Amino acid sequence: MNNDTETIIKTEALTKRFRKLVAVDNLNLEIEKGQIFGLVGPDGAGKTTTMRMLAAIMDPSEGNATISGYDLRQQPERIKEHIGYMAQQFALYGDLTVLENINFFADVFGIRGKVRKERIDQLLSFARLTEFTSRRSGRLSGGMKKKLGLACALIHSPDILYLDEPTTGVDPVSRREFWDILTGLHVEKTTILVNTPYMDEAERCSQVGLMYKGRLVQQGTPTQIKGLISGELIEFRPKSEQIQGVGLLRKANRILSEQPGVLEVQTYGDLMHVFVDNAEERRPQLEDALEAEQITMTNFRKTMPRMEEAFISLIGQIEQEKAE
Amino acid sequence: MSTKTNNNGPAIEVMGLTKKFGNFVAVNNISFEVPRGQIFGFLGPNGAGKTTTIRMLLGLLTPTNGSARVVGYDVVKEGEPMRKRIGYMSQKFSLYNDLTVDENLNFYGGVYGVRNRKLRERKKYILEMAGLTGRERELTKNLSGGWKQRLALGVAIIHEPEVLFLDEPTAGVDPISRRAFWELIYDLAEGGTTILVTTHYMDEAEHCQNLVFIQRGTLVAQGSPEEIKATQMRGEVIEIDCNNEADRAIPLLRELDLFDEVALYGALIHVVSDDPAKHIPLIEKSLADHGLQVSTIDRIAPSLEDVFISSAREAEKTLGR
Repeated sequence: MNNDTETIIKTEALTKRFRKLVAVDNLNLEIEKGQIFGLVGPDGAGKTTTMRMLAAIMDPSEGNATISGYDLRQQPERIKEHIGYMAQQFALYGDLTVLENINFFADVFGIRGKVRKERIDQLLSFARLTEFTSRRSGRLSGGMKKKLGLACALIHSPDILYLDEPTTGVDPVSRREFWDILTGLHVEKTTILVNTPYMDEAERCSQVGLMYKGRLVQQGTPTQIKGLISGELIEFRPKSEQIQGVGLLRKANRILSEQPGVLEVQTYGDLMHVFVDNAEERRPQLEDALEAEQITMTNFRKTMPRMEEAFISLIGQIEQEKAE
Repeated sequence: MSTKTNNNGPAIEVMGLTKKFGNFVAVNNISFEVPRGQIFGFLGPNGAGKTTTIRMLLGLLTPTNGSARVVGYDVVKEGEPMRKRIGYMSQKFSLYNDLTVDENLNFYGGVYGVRNRKLRERKKYILEMAGLTGRERELTKNLSGGWKQRLALGVAIIHEPEVLFLDEPTAGVDPISRRAFWELIYDLAEGGTTILVTTHYMDEAEHCQNLVFIQRGTLVAQGSPEEIKATQMRGEVIEIDCNNEADRAIPLLRELDLFDEVALYGALIHVVSDDPAKHIPLIEKSLADHGLQVSTIDRIAPSLEDVFISSAREAEKTLGR
């Protein structure tokens, strides 16, 4: 992240059609060298198709891209030498051991001699798999399989790494460890493009691109994306003598949703998150509305929206604009 | 003895529940209670014993020791009547892909003995709830992930269960569908259904009123998300902004070898420190020595995921590997 930024992936009107369906629609994406770029969006937004085209394993219908200096249409084989790709359903050989799997990928990429041994040792230690080299990959835990998949994708020391939902179905501890490994790659200047449905992972990227129906609709740092939500966010805990639990939260939700100035109401455990046009101005009015139903606001504070809230709110805005 | 419907007691009572497979202790003497109408989160890493516990609570697996009651029924002795009053949805949705939406509902209605007018009423309610009205004749395999998930929830509640078990119901579902799903869960809980849910998404765990964490079969924490955040975090999260030079700062911070974790969050760095008062000046000095400027350095509130990780790591140390 120095000032001498350099674009390593640039797409120009990249488009993919499957018969009548436009999966990726005129995509213009620029990714700087060394970034962790998170591509987020609802299912069917075109994230996986985009990644397949950028990995040179699927031809675009229209448009083009330059990746690591190579032309996607003219030099797809050169691009493959410079990228590592971990697909959503990547294939490991379940009855081969960890080491045999890595050796297989080293053969495929023609990594030989002294470099090969060094690289394999380095990847095993990096993926924290050194102790498990002789275990059959079919018998690894979900998190370890993902780490092995990552090690295989990195065998040829690519400049760019593509990860398609790499942590789906992985528990939080393994997920955290996987991201620690990605942080290490980032420090070594590998560019990472990651598709993820986890908004807390989007929060860890240097840039986030929001895709919707094949188009890139927003791009920015996580802070910039969160700053796009209209309104301010207040958080409080409702209390009442009369009614407890979920019933109380739902009642407070209904009361607040009808108040002028309220944009959106969400519930978190026993806390409420309310987006309003102006927090300080609206507070007395919201308090009065709740008090009229014997509900008290406690632990009131103004807070920052989470990435998930930003995502849902932005998609909601886009859908509303389309409807109008 | 009439054990039948103790409608005032807790929805789920777990007392010293233990399950051994040979020498392996999958679930080790856990106890907790779930009050009626609550949304209760059951969390833990893979292999912690969550699914084994749920299988015991469903009466599918016999405990080695201890006992449990669900809606007042003993899960071992009264499994059959109990199962008529509970619902279960697993991560592998139990839908028939070659059947239509309507046929799936009919099939599960039949399994639970919901018939005639009652079945028509329930189907109407479920289709409306899931937003599937008008799509009754579509083949289930043609539904997208989010719709399929809502239909799976629908078949799990066709018999109006009092307690609903959800085992990773949202794995692989996008954030918008997940949010819509949670709205349904809140509606069910408001109607009095008790919900026990397992999830790997800590932002979802924040939707629960109470949580338990289990690790290697042992219960390591319980309380509301706020209580757990206030009591279970070992150390504090420090957020460091060093003017977009995080990639240079991270190796330096890792070399200090003071922190369980040094993680990148966009342009910011998070470290978990057990002595922030001592460590903050050390961080500033170390970075300054290498010509890196710290623009802000603050203690921040941990996320539920931070707490989960910290709790899991601590339990690994205590329980041994």
